Amino acid sequence: MSKLALTIDGKSIQTAEGQTVLSAARENGIHIPTLCYHPRTKQAGKCRLCVVEVEGLPGLRVSCSLEAKTGMVVRTNTEQVIETRKMIIELYLSNGKHNCLACEANGACELQDAAYRLGIDKPAFPEIPKDKPYDDSCPMIIRDMNKCIQCYRCIEACNSIAVNDVLDMGFRGSSMTVVCDTDKPMGKSSCVVCGECVQLCPTGALTEKKAVGKGRAWEMKTIKTTCGYCGVGCQLDLHVKDNRIIKVTGAENTAPNYGSLCVKGRFGYDYVHSPERLKSPLIKKDGKFEEVSWDEALDFVAGRLTEIKDKYGPGAIVGIGCARSTNESNYVMMKFMRAVIGTNNVDHCART
Amino acid sequence: MVAIAERILLTKSNVRELHSISVYLEHGGYQALKKALSMPPADIISMVEQSELRGRGGAGFPAGRKWRFLPAGRQLKRYLICNADEGEPGTFKDRQIMEFDPHLLIEGMTIAGYATGSCQGFIYIRGEYDWIAKVLVRAIKEAEDIGFSGNNILDTGFSFCVDVFRGAGSYICGEETALIESIEGKAGRPRLKPPFPASCGLYGEPTVIHNVSTLAFVPFIIERGPEAFKSFGKPGSYGTKMFGLCGHVNKPGVYEHPLGVSLKKLIYEDAGGIKGGKRLKAVIPGGLSAPVLKANEIDISMDFDSLTAAGSLLGTGGIIVLDEGVSIPFVAQKTAKFFAHESCGKCTPCREGTNVIRFLMDRLMQGKGSLNDIEQVLRLCRYMKGATLCALGEAAALAIGTMVRKFRDEFEELVK
Repeated sequence: MSKLALTIDGKSIQTAEGQTVLSAARENGIHIPTLCYHPRTKQAGKCRLCVVEVEGLPGLRVSCSLEAKTGMVVRTNTEQVIETRKMIIELYLSNGKHNCLACEANGACELQDAAYRLGIDKPAFPEIPKDKPYDDSCPMIIRDMNKCIQCYRCIEACNSIAVNDVLDMGFRGSSMTVVCDTDKPMGKSSCVVCGECVQLCPTGALTEKKAVGKGRAWEMKTIKTTCGYCGVGCQLDLHVKDNRIIKVTGAENTAPNYGSLCVKGRFGYDYVHSPERLKSPLIKKDGKFEEVSWDEALDFVAGRLTEIKDKYGPGAIVGIGCARSTNESNYVMMKFMRAVIGTNNVDHCART
Repeated sequence: MVAIAERILLTKSNVRELHSISVYLEHGGYQALKKALSMPPADIISMVEQSELRGRGGAGFPAGRKWRFLPAGRQLKRYLICNADEGEPGTFKDRQIMEFDPHLLIEGMTIAGYATGSCQGFIYIRGEYDWIAKVLVRAIKEAEDIGFSGNNILDTGFSFCVDVFRGAGSYICGEETALIESIEGKAGRPRLKPPFPASCGLYGEPTVIHNVSTLAFVPFIIERGPEAFKSFGKPGSYGTKMFGLCGHVNKPGVYEHPLGVSLKKLIYEDAGGIKGGKRLKAVIPGGLSAPVLKANEIDISMDFDSLTAAGSLLGTGGIIVLDEGVSIPFVAQKTAKFFAHESCGKCTPCREGTNVIRFLMDRLMQGKGSLNDIEQVLRLCRYMKGATLCALGEAAALAIGTMVRKFRDEFEELVK
């Protein structure tokens, strides 16, 4: 791809054709704050925080949606730009209920970061009382719409990334609120709880219910791993504190899932710490399961299979593989049935 | 009474039953369409370009250039939309055409449709104009029956259907991309531009959108030529405009004049001066979005450039006249309430900014405000400008900011 040259804040920089001014600036270490923009939800132009001045263009331009052009002269730190950004953050703070002390997102909140970087202590505007829904009807997700900054990221996540079409923006003006289906509580909506919206929420408006009060962002260690549920091999980030998983997010920028997860991968991690978790094989003896060694268990299964095969022939045995296992596992399963047992009776769970 | 020679659109305003096609045809109707269909579309575009016709909806964009923006080639499906939302407070000019001369609009649209290669036209009319929507539907039916609209118009092989689409009462749906969203059945919220409607509009196809009055000029330009059109008005602002005068005047109504007419003349001659012999205080010259003019600023030429130079806007031409008895903070409070209510909510400065301005204005009017509140209103108006997704937030900032700046003493009076 060919390169083009433009000037940002007096610095001459090169970027690939088709890039936005925002990504050109970020590639070159020039900070432009954003809230509604996320690399996965792409250009948005809604929060207007990423505004810049461009020579020859009237007004301010949103850099997340402005294509970089050869010879463009961009300024990201003029008085007009900085004051506009401050106004936007102050407007957010005065129109919502943002209490960092009690907020689950403290330390991992993009609104908090932007306010910090712009040096905002308290908004100069009056706090406008609002009573938007607090919805904890979903077993896994808490929605506090008073912390919502209407960035549309969750909506994009739901409609364009997960393609579940549950979330949309309802109402108008300052009453505008994210709604599930036709403004139903999330727990009663058609939401499948994939949690894509939670992962992309820049504030504490959407949080993982099971993680509430368990740990702050800076106390947690992030461990990247592969999801154990199925053969897709989604990459997970485990957020771990004191050797316990507090929450799970999808690892961004990594194949195959690029941050997306299903309900099991994201929320089904309780088994890791469950006291009922099986750690050794069990064999039923006298009607009761007893813990045995792997050697004993394997010998038992091999013995029984040989017995059945000798008595009734290999056709009496069927192997059912798992449709969600890896290709490798299923290959071994198939090979085992055909070469060791000697039958073509192999199928998988999704067909039986 | 304005001389007929000074008009283009309202020349037949004293003809009875003009809305019926037989009367319209008796008065030379659909002759421009016949002429246009005998010309290559490119020539029509050239004529409109040469006429230097500028959009009459408020922004004043050159109509011919808008048509040129369409992607080359005729293989694409295209749409023509007539913006008849007329939601700007103080504006009531387009209904004059739609209600009494609907065939003029249908003729203009059909010519524009032919020139731009569109297959389908929509008239997006504000929901409150339900009886006018019926007039339009009847007129379209009449035109279709005689072959001036619909399939194979006048046996030329060109087909163009017009449908009437009623809005649901949202001001923001007068913004072209919000209007498109609304026709598509979505919530009326503006789109991020670019892409502009000319390349990606209704259902993702190239789309041309014009105000009613803009399209109504097209038959005149085709029939009489661009030079005849340019004999009205002044450089940069050719043609006429319908001005709707309302508020504290003796004779409120719609008056058509060449652009460049004096605002003073409109108020004192056409509208018969201020009601009850009171003194004039202020004038909002182009719908509520246009920044207010003080009484000593009304000796101004009503054209695009002069009003922009005076820090205001020609806008829709809806002139709101306020007499000495009006409290400007009260007007500002109502304006703030209006914009906060009509903000779609998509971008932050407009959604939250208009809401905070409304809150501060209410507080000031209740006598609970402070000087700092006035400063914060001005701060919002200053930085909202140029930062919003569409023109609504910017209009709110300009309109309210100007009221506060020009009548600051009245606002300070509230905090004493």
